[in-house]
This record gives sequence, C-alpha cells and structure tokens, in this order.
Amino acid sequence: MISTDNLTVSYGDKTIINDLSLALPKGKITALIGPNGCGKSTLLKALARINKASAGQVLLNDQPLQTFADKQLAQQLSLLPQILTTPEGVTVQRLVEYGRSPYISHWGKLSGQDKQIVEQAMQETQVSEFATQTASSLSGGQRQRAWIAMVLAQDTEVVMLDEPTTYLDLSHQIELMKLMQAMKAKGKTVIVVLHDLNQACRYCDHLVVMKQGEVVAEGEPKAVFTEQLLQDVFSLAAKVVPDPIANTPMCVAY
Amino acid sequence: MKHLTLSVLLLILLLIGIASLFVGASTLSAQQIIDTLLHSGEYDFIVNQYRLPRLLLAIGVGAGLGLSGSLIQGVIRNPLASPDLMGISAGAGLAATSLLVFYAAAPVYLLLLTALSGGLIAAAIILLIAYKTKPTPIRLALIGIAISTFLSSGIDFLIIVNPVEMNTAMVWLTGSLWGRNWTQVPIIWATLAVVLPFAFWLAWRLDVMGLGEDCATSLGIRPSKLQLIALLTAVILASISVAVAGTIAFIGLLAPHLARMLFGHDHKLLIPASALLGALMLIIADTLARGLQPPLELPAGVLTSLIGAPYFIFLLQRYKAW
Repeated sequence: MISTDNLTVSYGDKTIINDLSLALPKGKITALIGPNGCGKSTLLKALARINKASAGQVLLNDQPLQTFADKQLAQQLSLLPQILTTPEGVTVQRLVEYGRSPYISHWGKLSGQDKQIVEQAMQETQVSEFATQTASSLSGGQRQRAWIAMVLAQDTEVVMLDEPTTYLDLSHQIELMKLMQAMKAKGKTVIVVLHDLNQACRYCDHLVVMKQGEVVAEGEPKAVFTEQLLQDVFSLAAKVVPDPIANTPMCVAY
Repeated sequence: MKHLTLSVLLLILLLIGIASLFVGASTLSAQQIIDTLLHSGEYDFIVNQYRLPRLLLAIGVGAGLGLSGSLIQGVIRNPLASPDLMGISAGAGLAATSLLVFYAAAPVYLLLLTALSGGLIAAAIILLIAYKTKPTPIRLALIGIAISTFLSSGIDFLIIVNPVEMNTAMVWLTGSLWGRNWTQVPIIWATLAVVLPFAFWLAWRLDVMGLGEDCATSLGIRPSKLQLIALLTAVILASISVAVAGTIAFIGLLAPHLARMLFGHDHKLLIPASALLGALMLIIADTLARGLQPPLELPAGVLTSLIGAPYFIFLLQRYKAW
C-alpha cells in the first residue's frame, strides 16, 4: 500500500502540495482527477520519489520511500511519465527491455527469464509484431503501447501512469483501461492520472479528486462523483447519470 | 553485422599501425623492421625506442579521447559536447603548463595530478554555468568554446612571459607525439585499463538515460549519480591524455560521431567503437604528421584540427535552433 504522511512538495518557493495525508488502497485502481495545474502529476511524481518531499514523507508498505535503495524501489514501483522521450534508433524490443533495468546485472545482460518477461509484456500490449522496428517510427498509439509494455516488463507491485491515454484513439484508450484491470487482476496497485472523467468512473475503483494542491474528495466513484463536485472542482455545469452499461456515474455537460 | 564492422575496424587499426612503423625520416625494409622488433640491433633506436612507443601512445591517447567524448556526449545528451570543446583539455593544459613554468623538472606523477586537477576545475566551472543557465545544446557549446579560449589565452600568456622555459612545453602543447618515449606509454594504457570497466558499466545506464531523467529514475537509475560517474571518467581520460600528449583537438568530438554513424546509439557498441575510431584517427594523423615531409614533423594535433574544424562547422550548421 502506498500512502503519504503530511506530504509537502514545492518547486523553489512555490508550494504545489501542502501537508497532504492520503492512503491509496492496495490492489485497486486509483484515478487522480482534477483540473489542469491542480498538482496531480506533482503528487504522482512524489509518490515515485522523482519529486522530493520538502516536508513529510511517502510510505510504501509502511516503509518511508527514502529508505529504499534505487534498484530496490524500482522493483516495487514504476511510473510512466506524461511526456515521453523516445530515443532515436531504439527498437521496440529494446525499449521494453529497458523495463528490466532494476533486475539486470552490472553489464546490462538480460537473463532468459528477463527475455521471457519482455516477450510476454509485448504480447499483452500487442506490440510483438513491431519488435524489430524503431519505436520512433511507430504511430502515436503503437508507441504508447510499447511504453506501456516497458512498464509491464518492470513488473512492479505499484504501477503509476501519468495521462497514459493522451495519444490514443478511443478503442486503444478502452484497451488500456482493460490492461489496467488485467494488472489489477494480477494483484497490482494501479495509480493513474486521467482526464476523461467517465473513464475514471467506469474503470477505476477509487477516485482522488484534487484542486489547487489539495484533495477535495476521495472514495468510490459512486460516492464521490456528483454534480456538486463537478461544479466545485471543474466549474462545470453537468448532469450525472448512470452509465447505461456499467451503471457507474457518468457526466454529460450542459 | 555490427560486430563484424567492429572487427574490421580493429583489423584496419592493426594494419595502419604496422604501416606506421615504416614511416619516418629513415626508410627501412620490412625485414629490417621485423629483425629489429625481434632482436633489436642496428635500428633499435628508430624502431623500438622511437616508432613503436609512439604508435602505442597514439593508440592509447586516441582511444582515451574517443572514449571521453562518447561518455560526455552520452551523459550531456549534446552532440556538440566533447572534452576539448568544453574546455576540459584546455584546463588540463593550462594547469600542466603552469607547473612546467614554475617547476620544469616536475616528476611525471605531479604532472598527471596537476593536469587532472585542471581538467576537473574546468569541468566544474562549465557544469556550474550549465546548471545555472540550463543552456540549449548550441549555447552550451558556445559557453564551452568561450571557456576553452579563455584558458588557452592563459597558456599563451605563460608562453610569452616565459619564453625560455616554454621551449619544450610549446611542442607538447600543440599535441604532438614527437619526442615521446616509453615513459608515457604505461600511463595512458593503465588509465584505460582502470577506466574501461566503468565505461562498460555505464553503457546500459546511459542508454536508459536517453528515456529522460524521470523515466531513468523510475527504472532505478539516479541521474545525478550516473552523470557524476560518467563525467568524472571522461575528465580523467581527457586530462591524462593531455598530460601525456598535449591538447589534441577534435578527436573527442569526431570519434563518437563517426561511431554513431556506423553503429547507432547503443552505448555497448558506441563506447568501444569510439575508442577504436579515436585510436585510428590519431595513428593516421601521427603517421601523416611524420611522413608528409620527412624529416620535418608536423604536430598531429594540427592535422586533427584540419579535419575536425570543418566538421564542427558542418555540425553547427545542422543545428537550426539558435
């Protein structure tokens, strides 16, 4: 389980997240939602120890994050950033192999087991057919799936994704949601920043709603996602109705 | 396929290396050279004491500069970065020149340490500026050239003020392999032997750094630590190269570029290939320097600049984002 204990994160003298205590459920999919600039990505990066806490701390299974060695942490926790730099000349296969970095030897040699995990990650994200092509030559959606495969290959208990659907068309977005559910079925904890509120309600178990660096609501979508909340947080006048298929809340703007 | 190319390069290096033993003021036959190598004899001085150590030195220094350049470019992610363009070579050169001016009989180890400190200080200055101003690749190159020029002017100042002491330092500073003997050979080769394992340890991690700092951190690689190790390794290589052979320009820039053209971006190949190509460039330059107009000798550094400078202009041109 991952939690924060009076966490404060600042950039220079600007405080983005102030004194936040939060516990995210283990083995569930948690969506961080909120308007642009509310601190979702900053929080996610702090949870992954990319952003340093200026006060308070983040705990992974009740152990402070700063007590983990670099590799040790990377074996338990992965983050796919929002902005991805696809290096020139790197094949899809190689990109996915990078996911094994926390496990490999000093000289970067992959074991048979590593290769098997890489293979499987590529199959699950349907990028096996592009294995020998360079990642930069793929379409936006295919490339995004190759990156997801890299995260799968990292095989961590906690998986964090920062707006992973940005470059995907609708059918690939849904595929990604199902991929997250498959990770959950394997016992992983998934934490994801999403902009599509209806997808967040439909596919995630837990919502954390943020505004100006503070958590204004959290809990099951059915309990949290209301017309009042949309008005308060997004300044959006909308009607919330049940999703006709899953019966989860769904919003339609006026 | 790429491993084959690497083997071919090694073979070319070997052949040119052997050929270089034939080049110089006196013309020797193959039989004479082989006899001398095996049993010394009449031409012992020319072959065993002069051409052979010089060949081994050229290979070592060239490899060191190529390696240094590939590490710097790999970690700074800047195709315009190299030990000489970032002022590291000039820093090591200025420190070593100062030492020779004030203490002409300085022992070798002191010269090495002084050059190393000079290289480290120059690297620290440029990194501090880069850290404060977060420059674009091209601006970093400009800052590096400015620092490099500033340090070189310090060297010029010392030469003008101390003309007598500077006779030997002059030759050394232009990056010539003239007048070197067996004393310098073990220094550069021992440095390479110590540093190579680090370079190969860095290879995979530098590749992962290409995904960006956030991704690398998430994959268990601490960017600041990796950058420090890579830069330190590169500065050591460049400074020791300067200490044994003077400032030889552009190999640290050119060798990694050529290696990237031939082998792509995988550091596991890029690192040995840069070393190999650096060695190849320097023995070609040194052999030409010795063979163009014997018994007259050109400094090898002049020849590397002759090829390197136009290539650098070409690189700058490809960079549109000013």
